[in-house]
Formats: sequence, structure tokens, C-alpha cells
Amino acid sequence: MPDSLALDPRDRGGLQQPLLIAHDLRKHFPVKGSGGKSVQAVDGVSFTVGKGETLGIVGESGCGKSTLARLLLHLVKPDAGELVFDGDAVGVPDGIAVGALRRQVQMVFQDSYSSLNPRMPVRDSVAFGPFVQGEKKDEARRIARDMLGKVGLDPELFGPRYPHELSGGQKQRVNIARALATGPRMVILDEPVSALDKSIEAQVLNLLRALKRQFNLTYVFISHDLNVVQYLSDRVLVMYLGRAVEIGPIDAIFERPLHPYTRALLASRPSMDPARRIEVPPITGDPPNPIDPPSGCRFHTRCPFAESVCETSDPVLDAWEGPQSHVAACHIRDPLSGHTRSRKA
Amino acid sequence: MTDTIALAEPLGTFEEQALPATRVRGYWQSVFYRLRHDPVTLIFAAIVLLVVSAAIFAPLIAPFDPYKESIVGRLKPFGWRGHLLGTDELGRDMLSRLLYGGRVSLLMGVVPVLIASLIGGLLGVVGGFVGGRSNTAIMRTMDVFYAFPSVLLAVAIAGAMGGGMANGMLALTLVFIPPMCRVAETATTQVRALDFIEAARATGARTITIIRYHVLGNVLGPVFIYASSLVSVSILLASGLSFLGLGVRPPVPDWGLMLSTLRQSIYVVPLVCGLPGLAIFITSICCNLVSDGLRAAMDVRM
Repeated sequence: MPDSLALDPRDRGGLQQPLLIAHDLRKHFPVKGSGGKSVQAVDGVSFTVGKGETLGIVGESGCGKSTLARLLLHLVKPDAGELVFDGDAVGVPDGIAVGALRRQVQMVFQDSYSSLNPRMPVRDSVAFGPFVQGEKKDEARRIARDMLGKVGLDPELFGPRYPHELSGGQKQRVNIARALATGPRMVILDEPVSALDKSIEAQVLNLLRALKRQFNLTYVFISHDLNVVQYLSDRVLVMYLGRAVEIGPIDAIFERPLHPYTRALLASRPSMDPARRIEVPPITGDPPNPIDPPSGCRFHTRCPFAESVCETSDPVLDAWEGPQSHVAACHIRDPLSGHTRSRKA
Repeated sequence: MTDTIALAEPLGTFEEQALPATRVRGYWQSVFYRLRHDPVTLIFAAIVLLVVSAAIFAPLIAPFDPYKESIVGRLKPFGWRGHLLGTDELGRDMLSRLLYGGRVSLLMGVVPVLIASLIGGLLGVVGGFVGGRSNTAIMRTMDVFYAFPSVLLAVAIAGAMGGGMANGMLALTLVFIPPMCRVAETATTQVRALDFIEAARATGARTITIIRYHVLGNVLGPVFIYASSLVSVSILLASGLSFLGLGVRPPVPDWGLMLSTLRQSIYVVPLVCGLPGLAIFITSICCNLVSDGLRAAMDVRM
């Protein structure tokens, strides 16, 4: 938590300044042969990540979570929008260069196998980051050994192995070591545990928690699994079809979800209590086509409370007002929207 | 806190580590280990080695001068007056000519493939990794060369530049660049889409560094196996060029050339006339099998 956080020597703005501000990020992928249409993978997403916190990002498959993660590292160039890292705008003349950003932000990928070079012993994969960032080969190797130990893998036993000789959980530990080897301040975790089985998942989550404390890290944690997000996150951003529909502190979101989509997501969690089975599906149908998203509120095609105003006008997500603000992009929340439920709310 | 978390074990224990029990070896150690346990590859490698050293030491082991002709001793069978493998249509010793011919044929087999792998491989890796227009430009140019059958292309190029060994090699090199480039490009495109390339980019590594450390190692395997299979094709094509009079000129001994001149005498001494063909056949099939074994041994994922 931020209160116990020691300041990183690279810190510039103090604890009050968010580590990362994303403003109106946009990425549309053109679809070949469609006559200029494009997949609106990320369509105007804004959020902030405070120093030392974990921001969870949840949403269905295909809602743009992974694209958003890649935008944050400029692995995919955004079409529009700004990124501000610790007060410096990313990739603009007066700001922080993309290369410098990548020294402070790292990423862990979902597929633990394809994110390791199959022809490289894992210690070399871990040492690669420090090496390209200017460390001598020996020093990079020493860091790699050190990091492998930190993630719970014996460097002598596991360092010389190739990825195919490791289990899924071990490979994901190597990936975490690789991300941390360059000494980042922020780590973007793109579904890091969704390919692991439950017992390994728990080990990796606990590891991530411990490493965050040890290295003063800030996490952006992307997942479709609400339980996992709840365990690790301080705040949550809910995405639907390329847009952020709700942002708020973890407890507020889970106890008082504002957006009908968030409610549906929470209701779709399998119940641990056999007496409280889910009988009615909380949400039906597939998400609409992101090439041709619905007009107005993008959720209106599946929303139980949709009215005519939802088809015509696009609800806005209120501006960020500090770490405790809990906002949703829904007409029901807006007394002036004309939605019949909005007055009661 | 959810139920899954309660199962978690304390951190810092190496709980998963007892699983794999294989010995940890270095890369080359494990390659040699696998080679040692592959008798088929070892046998064929020995044959290739024998052929190569026979060609290299031809002046030392050849029993006769390969250019010495004899009017009376033409087209004699095996073992005639000390000519172990008989004589050719000008009475020259077949064994000596086969030994010397190996020098030319092996050179024509290896050199064009080596140069083509370097040039074609580099073009393919760069095109495949950079993608976009430069890749399209490179690959469409290669497709133009692809449109011609390789024999025809080699004959056309060698014919246009005139005969001789150097021109023959140049023609073969040009013929092998497009397929080599294609193989490298395909392998690179496959590798480029994987997350570890993205992870390398996320560390801020430059394109050239990523290619050097992460792409080349993964592309080398396919390129290597394809190159070694081309060695036999190259020997055959070189023989074909010499056969047509576009490669080596008589009286220099070359397996293809020898096959060409001896074919008229196939009914007189069939066994002797078949010898150059047999040499080509053995060399190419051994090269193929050795390359196959090497590829298997070099694959760390096996």
C-alpha cells in the first residue's frame, strides 16, 4: 500500500503524482478488404495508476485488454491519446523517450511458453534485458541468477535449462524474473496466471504479491478472472468493447457495482455456496462486433435496463478525482440523461 | 480473500523443483551426446568424411596420373593391369580420375550453397523481421526467379556468362538464393509473431540485437537443414552443367563431365561407366542423411 512505500531513487513527482496517466488512448486496427473499416480495440480509455498500487483491468475476451497493455509500453503505437509516466509525457520531444520508458516499465505475458526463446537457456533469457540495457555480460548473468532465486527457482538447477524442460508455473516464474531483471518500477501483467492450474496460480499470485512489496512495484494487472483481480488489486477498471465503463476502488466495485455490465460480470462468478447457485444467466449473447460497435452506449444491446436514450447518446465516464473516486459510464448514474431510472438512483 | 489462496504454500520454498530429473548439460555437450547415440548418422558422416578426405588427398593416394592417356588401354574393365576401377574412353585411370573429380564436384556442391545460404538467409531474415513493403519487395523479386525451373535457370545463367568453373558456381549460387531466402523468411515470420520477441522489444533492445540473439538461433535450424539438402542438389546441378559443357571443361576430371563422356560407352563397360554416377549418388545421399541427423541433434526441444 502507498503509505509504507519508500520512494524510488528515480522518482520525480513524489507520492501524490500518479506513476502513469493514460488519457484517451485509442487504437483501431484496420481490417483488410473491408473498405476502410477497423477493429476498435481500444477506443478512448483514460485512467491513472498511483505509485505503489495495483490497478486491475477486467473484461470479457476481445474487449481490448491486451491491446491496452501493449499500448502502455508502446509495443503497439497508439493512434491517439497520451501517456504520462511520472509527470513526463511518453514519446514526445519534451517528455520521456519510449526507450527510457521501457527501462522503467516491463511486461509479463499470458503465454508462458511462447514468451521465452525456445533455443535459449532460461538464465540467458533473464539476462538479456540487463545486457541490452548496458550491463556487462557477467553482471547481467549475476542479475539473472539473483532474480531466478528471487522468484523461487534454484539458479544452478534451473538456469541452464531450456523452456521446454520447465513446467508452466516454472516458466511463468522465469517470465516474472525476466521482467524484474531490468529493475522496473512498474510491471504490466497480461493475464499472467490464466494459463496455469489453480494451485500453481495461487503460488504465482503470492509470489507477485511478495515481489511487489520487496521491489516497491506498481502493477497493472489484466485478467478476466474476477477472483484473481480481487485478490491482488487496489483499484479496478472494467472494460467493455474497447471502452472503460467503470473505475473504482476494489471494495466499492465488488460491493456496490454501478454499471449494469459490472454487475453482470460479478453475478457470473461461480458461487462457492451450493445453496446460492446461479439460475438465470446474468448476461446473454456474445459481445457485439468491435468492427461495427453499437451506437450510443456500447452495452445497450445486452443491457437489461436499456432505453431509447442509451441507443442514441453515449454516456461519459466522469473524470478522475483521486484514488477513492468510483465512477461509471452509464446513463442511470446521470440525473440529467433522461433515463427513467436515473432519478431514482 | 478467495478459496484458492488458502491453498497457497509459503514463498521461498523451491516446491516445484524436484520434478525434472534430467542432467543439466551445455548446448554443445547435449548435441554431441545425441550424436554419439545416433549410429546411422555417425556411419554416414564417416562416409562423407572419407569422400572429402579422398578428394583432399587425391594427389597422395591416386595410383596414376589422371590425365595420362593410353591408346591401347581404353575402356578396360576393373583390375586391368593395375587399374583398380578400369579405364575411361581415353585410357585414363578411373580411380585417379574419380578421386580428382571429387575435388571439383565437392567444391561445386558446397561453395554455391554456402554463399547462397549467407545471402539468401540474410535477405530472408531481414525481410521477414522487418515485414511490410521491404519484405514484399524482396520476396516478389525472389518469386520471379522461382518461376523458372532451377536446372533451366542454372543453364541460362551459365550459358549467358560462358562456361568455366567460377561461372558455374556463380550460376548455382544465384539459383539457390531464392529458395534459401524463402526458407529463412518463413522461419523468421513464424518466430517474429511469438511473445518473446515482444518481450525483447519491451526491454528496449534494438532490432539488430533482437535479430542477433533471438531470431538467428531459431532460423538457423531450418536454414541449416535446407542448405545441407541443397549440397546434393548442387553437386547434381554442377554435374549437369558440366555434362552440357557449361561447367568444367575437359580434360579436368569432374563426376558430371565423366558421366557425360562415358555414357556412349555404357554397353562396352557398363560397370566402369556407372562409377561417376555412383559417386554422385553416394555423396548426395550421405550428405542428406547426415544433415538430417545433425538437425535432430541440434534441436534443443527434442
